[in-house]
Amino acid sequence: MDNMLNIALPKGRLGERVYDMFENAGFSCPSIRETNRKLIFENEEIHVRYFWVKPSDVAIYVERGAADVGVAGKDILLEYEPDVYELLDMKTGKCRMAVAAKKGFHDDTQRTLRVATKFSNIASRFYLSKSRNIDIIRLNGSIELAPILGLSDVIVDIVETGTTLKENNLEVVEEIVPVSARLISNKASYKFKNERISRILRELSGQVGESR
Amino acid sequence: MNISDSLLRKDEKAIIALRSLYSRYGYVPFKMNKFEEYDLYAKNKDYLVSDSVLTFTDTNGKLMALKPDVTLSIIKNCEEHPSSLEKVYYNENVYRISKSTHSFQEIMQVGLECIGDLDDYAIYEVLMLAAQSLAQISPDYILDISQLDMVQNVLNRLGAETETRQALLKCIGEKNICGVRELCRSICAEKEIMELLCQMIETSGTPAGTIESLRKNPLSEEFREELGQLERIAVLLDDSPLCGHIHIDFSVINDMNYYNGIVFSGFVNGIPNSILSGGQYGRLMKKMGRSSEAIGFAVYLDFLDYLRSPSDDANDADTVLLYEDGTNLKILRNAARRLTDASQRVAVLRSLPENFRYQKLCRIRKDGVETIG
Repeated sequence: MDNMLNIALPKGRLGERVYDMFENAGFSCPSIRETNRKLIFENEEIHVRYFWVKPSDVAIYVERGAADVGVAGKDILLEYEPDVYELLDMKTGKCRMAVAAKKGFHDDTQRTLRVATKFSNIASRFYLSKSRNIDIIRLNGSIELAPILGLSDVIVDIVETGTTLKENNLEVVEEIVPVSARLISNKASYKFKNERISRILRELSGQVGESR
Repeated sequence: MNISDSLLRKDEKAIIALRSLYSRYGYVPFKMNKFEEYDLYAKNKDYLVSDSVLTFTDTNGKLMALKPDVTLSIIKNCEEHPSSLEKVYYNENVYRISKSTHSFQEIMQVGLECIGDLDDYAIYEVLMLAAQSLAQISPDYILDISQLDMVQNVLNRLGAETETRQALLKCIGEKNICGVRELCRSICAEKEIMELLCQMIETSGTPAGTIESLRKNPLSEEFREELGQLERIAVLLDDSPLCGHIHIDFSVINDMNYYNGIVFSGFVNGIPNSILSGGQYGRLMKKMGRSSEAIGFAVYLDFLDYLRSPSDDANDADTVLLYEDGTNLKILRNAARRLTDASQRVAVLRSLPENFRYQKLCRIRKDGVETIG
């Protein structure tokens, strides 16, 4: 591991919001604000390196030590269960993991429930806890289409405002878990770069009103 | 036989260093068969890291398994020594499912077990050997030590039932304080005990500082005995070059159905995950019908690949000797012999393979050896 503190941020609006928090915590990297297609940004003065990665990949980068810390959604952490420290609820990127179905849906418990989702582990665990027999239909996008076309009875997916559901005549049937962005750390990095990671944790905790 | 150090891989060097280390402290080698009756694992499935076991039917019809674990076999084969200690070390391959490829992989393990009448000194010695094992791999290492009975004590006082307890343990292992607070609120746990647990999760530091700060919490009176045990062992560790590398960290969580007391986990800078894992497994001993206590650890040597630098083994050979049809083979043999006698690595080839890395390229001519690159 080098002397740089490697931080993986999720590409997109959430990543930009989260970067602001890191900047306010004293870990700025001005080049990250330049408009270009670069993926890695460094501030050699304060030994910090940021990378933009696909939100669902942040946890892998951190677990494998390519990043020392990162910001990942709770949905991703619940789905992939990476072996990392989950240090802080950053109280941003808030949404919920929910079961949704066509309006007026009635669950016929005499037959297997067909569930379309990207989050097969979360869905399996949720229905196992209810002892409900299900058939998982693993999809990678446009999950809302599945119940409309009769591919599934329900979907398990992230719901932010509910607008997409509403526009497709779907509604939330049950909430599984609230979701928000989490600060995660590689376990070995936490030992060997502890001073800097603890400082990030302290500063970010202060920003979200958590005492440390 | 003299073996050049440069010929050995990092894991091979580590095996030699660790075997020598354990022998110096009176541990004797324990050699075992690659196979074990499947029944042993079926009875102790939860103890295994992964559920799946590679099985086959032996010629006598018995269902056998390629070992997914070493400790169970050692316990099975060790005799009861209620008033003494049996100290063994091993160097074995185990077969487990890889989390990333979801297929079986062979994992090289070196480790030791200390079984019998455990006291503070025996536990100290195992912890010291765990720290020294890490030091053999890299000077930049940390051994995290936890005390599971203290964690269990706090969980009992929180009044957490099985499901919440499992969720709390997961949060403790993740240092997830937000998660712990949420779960504690859901079971209306006492705030002071919740805060004690949070204090324990946040703890990560030298034994002396950590124990002192925990003692200041009046609620820690309930596990005074366990803190005392940690303190007595810390005093023994404190007086050595190892002490700066040893931390108390309660996020080290092993399965409480099998482990009790001291548990630990080792990290080396440059390897992203724990490379050493161990602890006291008195509960596993009981489950297997044994009355004595036990402690042990394993070092996972396959992770040493992370420490390879791109410059390691930069060349496939020091010198390449090229020859062709009609070359005088005696000249070729003598040239190769001269170089190997001078401890060079020599590749004798008719043509150069693509991407072959070498320092010097020579061609055998009628009158001798010509350097061409």
